[in-house]
Amino acid sequence: MCGIVGLLVKNPKQRDRLGEWMVPMLVGMTERGPDSAGMAVFGKPVAARHRKLSLYAGNAGFDWTAFEKALRKGLKGELSLAVKANHAVFETDIDPAKVKAWLAANYPGLHVLSVGRSIDLYKDIGLPAEIAERYGFRAMQGTHVVGHTRMATESAVTPAHAHPFTAGDDFCLVHNGSLSNPHSIRRKLEPLGIHFDTDNDTEAACRFLEWRMREGDDLQAALQKGFDEFDGFYTFLMGTKNELALVRDAFSCKHAVVAETDDYVAIATEFRSLAHLPGVNHANLFEPKPEEMYVWRA
Amino acid sequence: MARVATIEAGVEFDLSKQTVRELNDFLHKRVGDSRRVRVFNPDGAHSIAVGVDAALDIDIEGHAGYFAGAMNQQARITIHGYCGPGVAEGMCSGRVHVKGFASVAAGAAAHGGLLIIDGDASLRCGISMKGIDIVVGGSVGDYSAFMAQAGRVVVCGDAGDALGDSLYEAVVYVRGKVKSFGADAHEEPMTAADYSAVEQLLGEAGLRHKAQEFRRVASMRTLYNWNADANQEY
Repeated sequence: MCGIVGLLVKNPKQRDRLGEWMVPMLVGMTERGPDSAGMAVFGKPVAARHRKLSLYAGNAGFDWTAFEKALRKGLKGELSLAVKANHAVFETDIDPAKVKAWLAANYPGLHVLSVGRSIDLYKDIGLPAEIAERYGFRAMQGTHVVGHTRMATESAVTPAHAHPFTAGDDFCLVHNGSLSNPHSIRRKLEPLGIHFDTDNDTEAACRFLEWRMREGDDLQAALQKGFDEFDGFYTFLMGTKNELALVRDAFSCKHAVVAETDDYVAIATEFRSLAHLPGVNHANLFEPKPEEMYVWRA
Repeated sequence: MARVATIEAGVEFDLSKQTVRELNDFLHKRVGDSRRVRVFNPDGAHSIAVGVDAALDIDIEGHAGYFAGAMNQQARITIHGYCGPGVAEGMCSGRVHVKGFASVAAGAAAHGGLLIIDGDASLRCGISMKGIDIVVGGSVGDYSAFMAQAGRVVVCGDAGDALGDSLYEAVVYVRGKVKSFGADAHEEPMTAADYSAVEQLLGEAGLRHKAQEFRRVASMRTLYNWNADANQEY
């Protein structure tokens, strides 16, 4: 069991309320996922030649000042670091592949959670309310957000196994359900040079879809191939730089509900995570149908 | 103890201030002479008004979560909104009326009573039903009436894939299109008894369609006995 929550704020005047609306959605799904939680926030993109990397240090005592110093010494380019507890968003004009290689060599304990121009990603183990507090989710602003509360069923409870998973630039995915064939997907992708960070089933779906998009498919075409490829139960919620997308498998055992108003589109595994949203009782409320694609643009 | 406000002959609960457990405890043990109970701010809470065994009118004034009105006996429960999975699951008698749409497994395994859904019902509506009557104003999702044993389902809209898969003696009446029939389900001619059954159920649900517009879906009964020659292909 897991909880999925997503929100896309259509009205630009209300984008500063993204975190305020989102936190009760995430906390509302605590019973479905008390062991880990995470959130990917999509906001205004950084300059075209820049990338943001969300970094996770594991323990709270990490010395970010020393890290920044070493970074400036080791890598030449523009860089800035915004630290929140054991997490930092690192913005730079240096090629992310180069940054990742430097991090792997010098700070192997530091994890890159996401790369992109728009995405900031936070995930950790613990209760959703604790994680929201730890990283200041309530103050977050942006166009859309993808969140998840996890109750692990098939792989370990670690920050790396928490959702959202990311692959490539500005793409993330969260999953409620379980895949039966993540290993065969993985065996298909690894010979193509695609690296996996964990043994989690969701990561296989995330990397498969990102691979398809890198090969030229748009999100819809990639998802269509996903319907053929993925075996098992899934409700997936995905974020790209300007889209929020939702699909369910043919059996649709993992339910979800969508509430849409003029101001926002909100998605949750259960309605109780949407009940606090303004005007939700008059929203267009519906349940997504099996193997249909729902895509909303920011 | 529940803080219960008595308004005229009715009782009101506010789930933003009171717990579902307090509500259900009242409904199970302390209804006394109450005839009507209104539940405000349900906000998708689970298990609202489950296991009621009293001739009450219960109004849920908003959206409900899992299992609303499950295992009901006697009560007439109205949900003024959408409801989550398993509404009226295991109902034995009485009536549950959903004014909005219903999520998966509506009326699952229910023995009796009437479930009315004004909007659509999601997948597996009436799964393993054992005697309940279900009237859906809209359409039903895939695998509806799966292994349905007894009772009737009236679908005013369309039915999804695998309707009535492995049906026993339950009967489904469909007005719109059927995407596909499940194993052992097929369409049969309507009889006079079918028309009057549909008419009666539509009347109870307050719907005005003509019984003549419905088709009967029932079991071919070829799965009732094991066939070793079928080679697992049905």
